[in-house]
Amino acid sequence: MMLLSPPGIGFDTAMLIAVLLPMIGAVLLVLAGRWPNLREAVTLATAVALFITVIHLLGGYLAGEAPKLVLFDVVPGLPLAFRLEPLGVIFSLVASGLWIITSLYAIGYMRGNNEKNQTRFYACFAIALGAAMGIAFADNLLTLFIFYEVLTLSTYPLVAHKETPDARRGARIYLGILLATSIGLLLPAIIWTYAVAGTGDFQLGGILEGKIDEALLPILLGLYMFGIGKAALVPIHPWLPHAMVAPTPVSALLHAVAVVKAGVFTVLKVTVYIFGTDFLSSTDASVWLMWIAAFSIVFAGIIAMTKDNLKARLAYSTVSQLSYVTLGAMLASGYGITAGALQIMMHATAKITLFMCAGAIYVATQKTELSQMDGLGRRMPWVYGAFTVGALAIIGIPPLGGDWVKLYLVMAASDSGEKYIIYALILASLLSIGYLLPVVARGFFGNLGDRTEPAAQFNDAMPSEERIRAPRLTVIAPVITAGLCFLTLFLVGPLKELIAPLVGAH
Amino acid sequence: MMEFVMLHLPALQVVVPMLAAPICLLLMRGGLAWMLALVTAVLCFAMSLLLLQQVIETGPISYHLGGWEPPFGIEYRVDAMNAFVLVIVAATSALVLPFARRSIRAEIEPSKQALFYTVFVLCLTGLLGVTITGDAFNVFVFLEISSLATYVLVAMGARRDRRALTAGYTYLVMGTIGATFYVIGLGLLYQATGTLNMEDLAVRLQPLGDLTSVRAGFAFIMVGLALKLAMFPIHAWLPNAYTYAPSVVSIFLAATSTKVAVYVLLRFMFTVFGYDFPVVELSLSTVFLPLAVIAMFVASAVAVFQTDFKRLLAYSSVAQIGYMVLGFSMASVTGLTATMVHLFNHAAMKAVMFMVAGAVVYRVGSTAVASFAGLGRQMPWTMAAMVVGGLSLIGVPLTVGFISKWYLILGALETGDWIIAFMIVASSLIAVIYVWRIVEVAYLTPAPEGAKPVSEAPLSMLIPMWTLALVCIYFGINAELTASIGQTVAEALLNGNGVSPAVAIPEVVPATDGAMEGAAP
Repeated sequence: MMLLSPPGIGFDTAMLIAVLLPMIGAVLLVLAGRWPNLREAVTLATAVALFITVIHLLGGYLAGEAPKLVLFDVVPGLPLAFRLEPLGVIFSLVASGLWIITSLYAIGYMRGNNEKNQTRFYACFAIALGAAMGIAFADNLLTLFIFYEVLTLSTYPLVAHKETPDARRGARIYLGILLATSIGLLLPAIIWTYAVAGTGDFQLGGILEGKIDEALLPILLGLYMFGIGKAALVPIHPWLPHAMVAPTPVSALLHAVAVVKAGVFTVLKVTVYIFGTDFLSSTDASVWLMWIAAFSIVFAGIIAMTKDNLKARLAYSTVSQLSYVTLGAMLASGYGITAGALQIMMHATAKITLFMCAGAIYVATQKTELSQMDGLGRRMPWVYGAFTVGALAIIGIPPLGGDWVKLYLVMAASDSGEKYIIYALILASLLSIGYLLPVVARGFFGNLGDRTEPAAQFNDAMPSEERIRAPRLTVIAPVITAGLCFLTLFLVGPLKELIAPLVGAH
Repeated sequence: MMEFVMLHLPALQVVVPMLAAPICLLLMRGGLAWMLALVTAVLCFAMSLLLLQQVIETGPISYHLGGWEPPFGIEYRVDAMNAFVLVIVAATSALVLPFARRSIRAEIEPSKQALFYTVFVLCLTGLLGVTITGDAFNVFVFLEISSLATYVLVAMGARRDRRALTAGYTYLVMGTIGATFYVIGLGLLYQATGTLNMEDLAVRLQPLGDLTSVRAGFAFIMVGLALKLAMFPIHAWLPNAYTYAPSVVSIFLAATSTKVAVYVLLRFMFTVFGYDFPVVELSLSTVFLPLAVIAMFVASAVAVFQTDFKRLLAYSSVAQIGYMVLGFSMASVTGLTATMVHLFNHAAMKAVMFMVAGAVVYRVGSTAVASFAGLGRQMPWTMAAMVVGGLSLIGVPLTVGFISKWYLILGALETGDWIIAFMIVASSLIAVIYVWRIVEVAYLTPAPEGAKPVSEAPLSMLIPMWTLALVCIYFGINAELTASIGQTVAEALLNGNGVSPAVAIPEVVPATDGAMEGAAP
């Protein structure tokens, strides 16, 4: 770590650097826009530099540092401030680490598809990452909200990237729902919090206890949970499937990692630092939202089963999986928060793998529908291998990281005596088998000759057993993240240690 | 010399542009007149900054014109509130004029350009005068100077679109009605108190709250001013005036004239009558508040359906005025802070938007929404400024609009007014729709086949435009200055009880020549 700590740069400055680095990178790569190789080099260099910065911060945190940086007052008395805390460390680590891999993947994908406006694409991508870092390190609600909105706006051009009527419509819904929920519900909730508590600073144990009429607490919590549209709780989830019109690297990093994780991360942060789990569980304010989260998990799982479009299927799967985090938070116990924090990392590695595989299939064959993909696994073994690992990780089969999440959720539910939540979790796991394994099964074992649908004819047109080559980068990236899915199993110990101060010992 | 200037700053603030106007006329040539107008505007801006600084440091300034003691003579009285508005007006004029050169050359025939600048500077004089004076009748005089100038300015859009003539005429009729109402109201007050000085009025009106004629005076003045600031539902003159006026005039009016009217209204409501005056609270809660809320919704909704960019902006202005009215009708420190902050913020964002419109007229020749197709690529800087202005209108963080919304919602929640808080956010979402319509057309709709290629706006337009766009961003990230001024003003308006102790008995400062009288302790 010595190398990574240049003298004079404290950990507080390092947080600011983490936020600004991608923004500066965005400017540089716009300047380098005319030379694609240089531009991509800038992207990669920025991603690596960001990751190093975050690792440096992690080292600092583990060494017992808790840096805090107060920049200036946005409005008198309400500063823009950053602070390093465990949840933010996890989120920033996941987002910045996967950015490197996604950048590699994006280069292969964007070139392989001859996409236009690539400079805009990479620039917006970088800004989105900077915003994610701002969310990760935010020390108060105002700071968090500012970066939350920057993230929304910077990803709009990415969703609208193809500029087709479809993309326009999808992007409009994306922006519409995210802005409507954040300005319409989240902002009033935040201002309400400031009005009653006199502060919006994140403090362990919450800032609302004794400050607000407890009868109003469920309403405020509801404003937050639905206002954080990025967490995609049903019924405000439609932006996520519509965002799938974006190029796959966007879906992979933003709609499996940065954007949606920013949403559920905000959910966790608000639960832990604004409401406080003890306060929530003593008032039962979160019970109704717990049921909505459980409903989201099951409902989105069922919808996912009906989708033939692979990316849409994955999108609904994401809706379902995100609600695990919300559910964990709304259970308002140590186990619940642990499960939520773990899910941020587990789901990120698994879902990004799945999306990158879907993208690799698209680049190589231009196929988007599951029914066209029979037998494809035999011809793209690496891609389908990675997909299988990702799918199993999401389902939660040991030795992949995903099973820890379910374990902790079940423990949290049984602690609070909610047996129906346990049933819902079991049902959701079965559903995830139902919507993910068919992709694998049809890929490897699908029989080309049996099918009479046009898709089958399409397949017949090609020699069936020949290997299909996707651009190399689009295959290597998901294989790496599939490997990470195994690794996360062993990260549980350190992760738990990291968030121990938030959840108490158990 | 400097000392002399500093002493007479309040008078010079008005006298300099007033003298510059006829010289503009004598110069005859458009270019020379423009130069003089620009120098005047920059001087005015510098003076307004000096005044603001002085007021913040030493408290309110009372300047007795010609050395006549108020209430007999005319008093110019500068406190944080009107110094702030002076800065808004003067800064806008200083930024609009560099933009104006090319825009006016394209939109107004050469023989009338010197006239245009003459009238423009007159209008500036009027607005500055209304703001700075502490004499209620003097307000009327300057209000007429600015209004008459404005009618002419609006009608000068006739070369581009003949409908500017009817727009100017309607504005003339409505504006005159407003001014008449104001004078009638003032007459009633004068009859009851025998004074026209605002501070003096404030003292003498306090025991007269039950007098019917005084109450009628209050009503007349409020209606007259509401007409001037285009408060819903008497806003009908505004959309046409803004749409058909020359681009430069739209920019200037949108950023200043309604702001000045809001200022005068606040001055009367909280300083002259005072919050304790029997009907003030009643009128706020039963007239201003509901009308503000309706304006936010109705005008925003109407804006969504406009096919012309400038008209869309005009309706958006009516809605944004609703926010300003809503702020002060809460009658709380936070609410008034919101109004003051929004005066500044809205001036900046609307000026950016109308400058974009001006640049598009200059290059494309039309402000129809459809003509924005493909401009995202062809005029990248102009359209980026439009996005900044649009995001400000919505109230997205990191733009000034967010600060305004923050204080407005905070104000509503502080008084436990749930419904109002949600109305504010809901109406912001309508702004998303009308702003994004333009953004989509500009960036996602390709330019029509066979259309002439359009080049970026000239630097003389881009620089003022982006200066304002950066203002929108800077004061959205760091609003300490605007918000603290707003808060000071709000506290003074609500707690000062209308009469600040300084003015009741002005002290003579021995060092002066007698023209300048003592400021607040």
